[in-house]
Amino acid sequence: MPLEQEPIRARVLEIIKTLAPEMDTGKLVADAPLRKQIDLDSMDWLNVLAAIHERLGVNIPEADYSQLGTLDSIVAYLAARLSRRTQG
Amino acid sequence: MRPRVIRQALRAESDPGGGAEAFSWAQVGRDLGIRPGGPVNMAYLAVDRHADSELADKPAFRFLAENRSPHDLSYRELARLTDRFGNALKSLGVQPGDSIFVLCGRRCELYVAVLGALKIGAIVSPLFPAFGPEPIRNRMAQAAGKVLVTTASAYRRKVEPIRGELPSLRHVVLVDDLGGGVVPETRGWDHLLHAASDVPALVATTAGDPALLHFTSGTTGMPKGALHVHAAILTHYATARIALDLRPDDLFWCTADPGWVTGMSYGILAPLAVGATCIVDEAEFDAARWVAILESEGVNVWYTAPTAIRMLMKAGPMLFAGHAFAALRFIASVGEPLNPEAVWWSMETFRLPIHDTWWQTETGGIMVANAAADDIRPGAMGRPVPGIVAHVVRHRAGEPVTVIETPETVGELALESGWPSMFGAYLGQPERYRECFAGNLYLSGDLVRRDADGYFWFVGRSDDVIKTAGHLIGPFEVESALMEHQAVAEAGVIGKPDALAGEVIKAFVALKHDVVPSDALRSELLAHARRRLGAAVAPKEIAFVECLPHTRSGKILRRLLKARELGLSEGDSSTLE
Repeated sequence: MPLEQEPIRARVLEIIKTLAPEMDTGKLVADAPLRKQIDLDSMDWLNVLAAIHERLGVNIPEADYSQLGTLDSIVAYLAARLSRRTQG
Repeated sequence: MRPRVIRQALRAESDPGGGAEAFSWAQVGRDLGIRPGGPVNMAYLAVDRHADSELADKPAFRFLAENRSPHDLSYRELARLTDRFGNALKSLGVQPGDSIFVLCGRRCELYVAVLGALKIGAIVSPLFPAFGPEPIRNRMAQAAGKVLVTTASAYRRKVEPIRGELPSLRHVVLVDDLGGGVVPETRGWDHLLHAASDVPALVATTAGDPALLHFTSGTTGMPKGALHVHAAILTHYATARIALDLRPDDLFWCTADPGWVTGMSYGILAPLAVGATCIVDEAEFDAARWVAILESEGVNVWYTAPTAIRMLMKAGPMLFAGHAFAALRFIASVGEPLNPEAVWWSMETFRLPIHDTWWQTETGGIMVANAAADDIRPGAMGRPVPGIVAHVVRHRAGEPVTVIETPETVGELALESGWPSMFGAYLGQPERYRECFAGNLYLSGDLVRRDADGYFWFVGRSDDVIKTAGHLIGPFEVESALMEHQAVAEAGVIGKPDALAGEVIKAFVALKHDVVPSDALRSELLAHARRRLGAAVAPKEIAFVECLPHTRSGKILRRLLKARELGLSEGDSSTLE
């Protein structure tokens, strides 16, 4: 994993932890489907995305939701979006 | 300006010569091949009846996996699998009238388990997969569940910790979704089915034998188990045809989870009774995925819910650009009132209106609808379906219930009792059941008005139940879980209006006198509630308050909490402490 993804991962975990504080971060398998491991209903999931928009400044369009199945894929997606922004 | 009525071109085609007059439940029974006084079994009428007909090789279900690859299961295959599962249950000692619970994602085994258990006369009770251990324990204990069919992942997280508190639970049948092999104290689904015979498992149940147990919530007390009989399938069948315009050649998608009554009545029984093919999407809601399914699978009839519709509206028109929904013929909605904006949005997006329908767990099937043959009034619940007589009544404590004849007057929606899918009992609570009736009228608890043309309009609830994402949640169940936490003195729970979910669950918590409120404590309480109740029932928001408002008799005044939340006038406070 590229080093620059670490802070993004920490921010994402922090956001999920706010909405689902019962989550045991240590038990989370980063490359397995997230919503199969944590009890996030549709409203929780939308709140996760809204918090990502608010705190990381990345607005994720609905068409991209299918790329966000695991913690790893969320972090990679956000890293790509954020780096595109700095380069642009 | 947008018209108040959408005229239906269908009318002439589907309602020749006033078909409504010709309707009778006896005729529906004859259409299904039921002999007067003869056996009635939901699974036979939904599956076996077609397995020896020209529909035998037609898909009953099309399961869409996470990667959207389809898997079809024909009526003939479904009949054989449900025979196997029924025989497997018999080999475990299951008798007609025993309770079987299912706690599964929307995968093939869930559907086989439900229909196989119905086939042998067991009572099926579905649990929503987003329930936590406490709602699961409470419901299974109330019904003395004998067998649970679940997945290894759900078992590990939600059932194993409470299994010791469920003495009636004899067998747990596990679908191995983790690939972990044998789990102690359980039976593997594959092994059990493989060992079972596929000779016909059908038990000759009668119209009045119990079939389904759906838990629903009221203002007070724990959830109540509403019991439905095998004859309920007459309502499912008739309303699918009349209110959803469903035909045997249709590909039908009901997006509700079978953990709730809609997913059972219209995600399984109604479409199979008609002989249609049901789409089952195993994945959670995803706007782009839903657009793709509607388009590429060629869905003809789509039954969904306002929360999902609002999420699709929020996704914006770009999501629909370039897509065509040529096969789509009919869209209907249920769960909570559908805003007129959603009907107009649908006209622009799909070139079709959305037909709102109204019913409840207790009614077992659609009662009021903007039916296929009727004009649509956007924002209205619709009119009673054939076979159903609805009234607006005045219902006040200590006064006799009276029917209101004057149009546009607000009162409680009441239905003349006796339709086939009317609930027959609240399990173990005869008093609460009796309270739902006045003479021959079932009192729905929903406040409505009726216009001069007979369309009903939803006004509100007469009690404090919460409607979140179309699901009914009782505040008491949430408050009880919060009060189990050592820091909590008292909790009051309300539905807070929300643009997408209709309402979200919000808890007001008064702490014990020596406890100091903090963000860390709020987080701890949220974790506690989510662990006990699961995401579907736990609050989304928790606020600390000094004390909660009460009536003189000591009940929490949730209405006042809600009025404060909305910044409304607190009204008459003479009954406050």
